[in-house]
Amino acid sequence: MEFFRYKSALNFMGKSKIAIAISITLMLLSYGILFTKGFNYGIDFAGGTIVQVKYDKTAPIKEMREKLQSNKLFENASITEFGSPDEVVIRMKTTTGNVTQDIGDITREALKGTGNFEIRRVDIVGPKVGGELREKGIMSMLLAIAGILIYVAFRFEWRFAVASIVALVHDVSIASGFVALFGIEVNLDVLAALLTLLGYSLNDTIIVFDRIREGIVTSKNMTLEEIINESITRTLSRTTLTSLTTFFVVFTLFMFGGEIIHPFAFTMLIGIIIGTYSSIFVASPILLWFGFDVKKYHTKLAEKAKREAEKERMRAQFESGVM
Amino acid sequence: MKLNYRIVIFALAIVFGIVFSIPSLLQTQNGKKITLGLDLQGGLHMLLGVKTDEAIKSRIKSVAASVKHFADRNDILIDGLTFDENSVRFEVLDSDELQAFNDFLSKIDGAKTDIQGDVITLTFTPQEVQKIKKLAITQAIETIRNRLDQFGLSEPIVARQGKDKILVELAGIKTAQEEQRARELISRAAKLELMAVDEARNARVYNMSDTDAAAYGDVILPDAKNPKIKYLVHEIPILDGSMLTGANVGFDKNNRPVIDFKLNSEGADIFGDFTGKNVGKRLAIVLDGKVFSAPNINERIGGGAGQISGNYTVLEAKDLAIALRSGALLAPIYLMEKRSVGPSLGADSIKASMIALIGGFALVIVFMIVYYRMAGVIANIALIANLILLLAIMSLFGATLTLPGMAGIVLTVGMAVDANVIISERIRELIYEGKSMHKAIEDGYSNAMSAILDANITTLIAAVVLYVYGTGAIKGFAITMSIGILASMLTAILGTHGIYDLLEKKISKSKDYKFWFGIKG
Repeated sequence: MEFFRYKSALNFMGKSKIAIAISITLMLLSYGILFTKGFNYGIDFAGGTIVQVKYDKTAPIKEMREKLQSNKLFENASITEFGSPDEVVIRMKTTTGNVTQDIGDITREALKGTGNFEIRRVDIVGPKVGGELREKGIMSMLLAIAGILIYVAFRFEWRFAVASIVALVHDVSIASGFVALFGIEVNLDVLAALLTLLGYSLNDTIIVFDRIREGIVTSKNMTLEEIINESITRTLSRTTLTSLTTFFVVFTLFMFGGEIIHPFAFTMLIGIIIGTYSSIFVASPILLWFGFDVKKYHTKLAEKAKREAEKERMRAQFESGVM
Repeated sequence: MKLNYRIVIFALAIVFGIVFSIPSLLQTQNGKKITLGLDLQGGLHMLLGVKTDEAIKSRIKSVAASVKHFADRNDILIDGLTFDENSVRFEVLDSDELQAFNDFLSKIDGAKTDIQGDVITLTFTPQEVQKIKKLAITQAIETIRNRLDQFGLSEPIVARQGKDKILVELAGIKTAQEEQRARELISRAAKLELMAVDEARNARVYNMSDTDAAAYGDVILPDAKNPKIKYLVHEIPILDGSMLTGANVGFDKNNRPVIDFKLNSEGADIFGDFTGKNVGKRLAIVLDGKVFSAPNINERIGGGAGQISGNYTVLEAKDLAIALRSGALLAPIYLMEKRSVGPSLGADSIKASMIALIGGFALVIVFMIVYYRMAGVIANIALIANLILLLAIMSLFGATLTLPGMAGIVLTVGMAVDANVIISERIRELIYEGKSMHKAIEDGYSNAMSAILDANITTLIAAVVLYVYGTGAIKGFAITMSIGILASMLTAILGTHGIYDLLEKKISKSKDYKFWFGIKG
């Protein structure tokens, strides 16, 4: 079986203007959503309390609400179904710093008489911890980007590094926009998904870039645009295939991984789609726009090779004792 | 056939993988296993803060107690002994004794005295304050660890996190009662104080406010069993739990559990002196700000042994004795973060992620065979080897498998085929170009190498950052990702190449490209 087998390169760069227009629109929309609607921060970052309760029948949400209302602690609590009708999550913005007095016990006491239930999970994150986690989250994102930037600049060329970072920012922005749009609860897992997305999307981009670099070295008579088109066409099968397999796996996770893994899987799904698109349509045109000069690169490479050869010659001379 | 080092290494890796993953897969008793994270097996995770200011306060209080004792013992008359958050102040009535007092005070670590006329004010140097705060944290970690060690759970984790936080992880807590017991044991201040009842004014205790009491240098404390009963006691204790050397469960004459405690020699001296001078008065035994009993002093009690009676069960008495034995917390702790997962939720999570893992894995395997035929089969062998290797390495390091870690494995499966896809695509290309099978395979690998390396290393960078900056479950995700990437480089690059080396003659002779690489030829 084969997906793509083109005799000649497809003209991706010819369509790059349309793609960039779409990308810019999507990014602006994402920022718009992020600034107006904003993230739905889960307690990991905002601080607060979550109590997850499972009944042996459909959860009597109305009755629970009435029962809980009588306790001041639950004043602004939200009670929502979680995954299945017999499972409920109670969310509160407040926390108690008391070690011995437990919100789980209090909930158990308050819900007495609503049927048989089990408290499956209690998460309490104090506001200070939440703030620290948020700071750490942003820091880790920036550090990862910096590390990647340095590596790509070192292995390729600075324009490649900048182009891949632009693609990364593009991917993370749009994925974040979707997360905010759908009101996905942003917790540590979602942060992990966004960071994985960094790695994944970059994976895709690097493989195309690797081809471009190879094309630059081997085909001296082609323009950069032709090389890029050729490289993307040649890697298209691989890009599609890997994206598909990863998509399959994350999709199964999304379908069968349970409610807790949902935010993570959703973010990954969006990320895979955008990451695949950006490695084809976003990263490479930027390379073109930054004025990457194939001829200059060749001279540079030639010089580098010359220096290497010189070094090699000196070393050989030194080792054979002719100095 | 020349020595095929690739297949040898691959075979060794598989053997290694099988040997070390078996204990985890079969859950045998022997061998190192992957530990399941708290989110998968259920348990309690807490991040605790320490109220370090309280440690300074309690240190000040204990200095006040020793000032009082020193004065009593040497018959120095002092007046107006008071203390606040950071200083102790008193007046020495006979100024000839000022020097002796100053000598005594200068022996206290980090103390700074200021004498104005006959009034001595004692404070601590900033360095000492820092030291006390730091000590409060290390001591809290030590104390909580000691207490949990005696609680009977397997491998409780008590560790410092950041500068001033304490991480406590208790796996395998099954019931709410168990959890509550653990929480109480951890947070109990276990601060024992022996305080003198202010007999002259105690009768008026129910008509007094806290400020009234403070004016006499007293505090009002409730009874432990019945909070309605109140005692008026001198604020400065006779002695505190720092002089305690042991605490055990014993039984009184009615066979009710009590706690027997023993004091060190200094404590025994003070205790003896006090009881000798105050026969007929009452001594309040105060634990964490509550009066447990207030017996009459019938005679001088030497030897430094005492008893705390209360209306507790044997288990409560046992926990209390553990807490006293392992020492008082210098400062109270408070809850910053808590995550508790019931065992049934953990089991559900494992089930769900296993379904996702197996489902995703099966999909990928089928897809690879349909798309690449024999090359797909070879890639799948590498994929399975990859998974086994991942499990083995995680077991060997005793790594913790968390729910995000499971997601990491699932993701590794999706991405591990990538290297094989890149290689197979390269080989296909070379076949189209009309290269010989041998050349296509060799060049396919070498052409693909730089792309695979660069792609994997960048992902690895992201994973390492996640590990360094992540907490708990996220760390687990980063670990599985990193190991997965490394394992996939070994199995996908070296392993499959080894298999091709082995089969090369057969492939070269065969003209059936469709069978080997799934192309139309």
